[in-house]
Amino acid sequence: MKYLALIYADPKVEPQPGTPEWGALMEGYQTFSERLNKDGAFLAGEALQEVETATSVRVRSGKAEISDGPFAETKETLGGFYMIEAPDLDKALEYAAQIPTAGYGTVEIRPVMTFD
Amino acid sequence: MTKSKPSTTEVHRAIDTVLRGDRGRMLAALSASLGNLALAEDCLQEAATKALTDWPKSGVPHVPAAWLIQVARRQAIDILRRSKRFQERSAELAQLKDEAMQKEPSELPDNRLALMFTCCHPALEPSAQVALTLHCIAGLTTAEIARAFVVQTSTMAARLTRAKAKIKNAGIPFGLPDEDARKARTSEVLRVIYLIYNEGYSASSGATPLRVDLCVEALFMAELLVHLSKGDPEAMGLLALIKFSYARREARAGDRNAYIPLDQQDRRLWDTQMIADGQAVLEQALSLGQVGPYQVQAAIHGLHSAALDASETDWSQIEHLYRLMRRMDGNPVIALNHAVAVGQAGDTERSLEMIADLEPVLAHYQPLYAAKAAMLARAGQISAADTAYLRAIKMSENAAEQDFLESRRALLSGIAH
Repeated sequence: MKYLALIYADPKVEPQPGTPEWGALMEGYQTFSERLNKDGAFLAGEALQEVETATSVRVRSGKAEISDGPFAETKETLGGFYMIEAPDLDKALEYAAQIPTAGYGTVEIRPVMTFD
Repeated sequence: MTKSKPSTTEVHRAIDTVLRGDRGRMLAALSASLGNLALAEDCLQEAATKALTDWPKSGVPHVPAAWLIQVARRQAIDILRRSKRFQERSAELAQLKDEAMQKEPSELPDNRLALMFTCCHPALEPSAQVALTLHCIAGLTTAEIARAFVVQTSTMAARLTRAKAKIKNAGIPFGLPDEDARKARTSEVLRVIYLIYNEGYSASSGATPLRVDLCVEALFMAELLVHLSKGDPEAMGLLALIKFSYARREARAGDRNAYIPLDQQDRRLWDTQMIADGQAVLEQALSLGQVGPYQVQAAIHGLHSAALDASETDWSQIEHLYRLMRRMDGNPVIALNHAVAVGQAGDTERSLEMIADLEPVLAHYQPLYAAKAAMLARAGQISAADTAYLRAIKMSENAAEQDFLESRRALLSGIAH
């Protein structure tokens, strides 16, 4: 099955670039991505720019309404994602728990819809 | 097969009996071959429907559960064949066909442990874990579970449907968890069984005769888990805990089902056989040398059960066990129980200090004020005790409990004068 891992964290508690914590975080992500690749479980994955760059679009009465900001204003914001191939939820959760941000943020796991 | 044709009533009774008694085994066997609890449930339901029309003609089969499983497997083959991902599933289908071709097995392989782990998967919300476990393992119908939790049958049906859909769509696996996840997942199962027991325990006042006894169901499932896990020490701890507690069922309800606390109970009403069983299970668990919170809790209950009179309670041992418990579990309620035990063991001053420390975290927890009031009364601080009782009474939402607290408060004037 395909699973999307959505990585959320409070930017205030995120390590800042240039600090030793940041270095450790990046190293953690590199190790994790390598493990996914080795297992053949990596389908896609990216980090996103900060939430201040988010723009939301809604089409109402045929008209696109564009607004600054994310879909929902929350303390923890979406910071990145992985698309993972895993045989079941337990394996997907095992991977999710290895995502470094899971140590201070939250990783949401969503199975990808299959149309059959 | 029986020779004479059974009546419709007999067929209904046979189906109800097998669904109640063997649902766990049947679902576990089907889920093991289908890898999918939701599909197993649907196919079993279909098989039961077919039995309603077939059995009046053919007679009730010798092993009804085996008949239902075979029919459910054939049903599963049909469903999988129709699915678009037929190609991907050809291996599964071949295996299913093999199984469906086999003669009806007289003895079912027991996959119920895996079924328990699936029903209690942490990806399901707690109320769904409880409902699924009662349905799949204990074999209760949706209506029975709904009655036990005082909700509409349609509400419970929707809860079960949502849970089964999540299992299917999110890919919650059927099977035993990996060795390293086993301990954590076992404690999830224990928690669900304990929750079911507590629900039964707290609901038993005002029970209607129609309600199933959730305590009995929890007892059954704890026994089953001990058996299936081949003697997991914490499962034995939970079983002992339930036995000690359930042994007091006759003694804890007074007139109008008023709640009678442990120290006021007529201990002659305790079920001594069940207490002895609990002691035996607990001793066996402790001998394995892997102490956990359920075993410690059971040991505390065991000490209460061992006292023929409340005044003979070994509070210093209990205090010691609560101290051990606090190291395993940071729950402030356990810290409160520890504080009470400290006071009961003789140190009221220290007990009151401990309760005061807990007040900020447990400000909305009524039993804190009841405990504080009792301890203040013990220390002879009558007016402070009165204030604490009033607060506890105001916070209580249960009439029987309010009556009890009022009666304790009334005793204060006796001390004062």
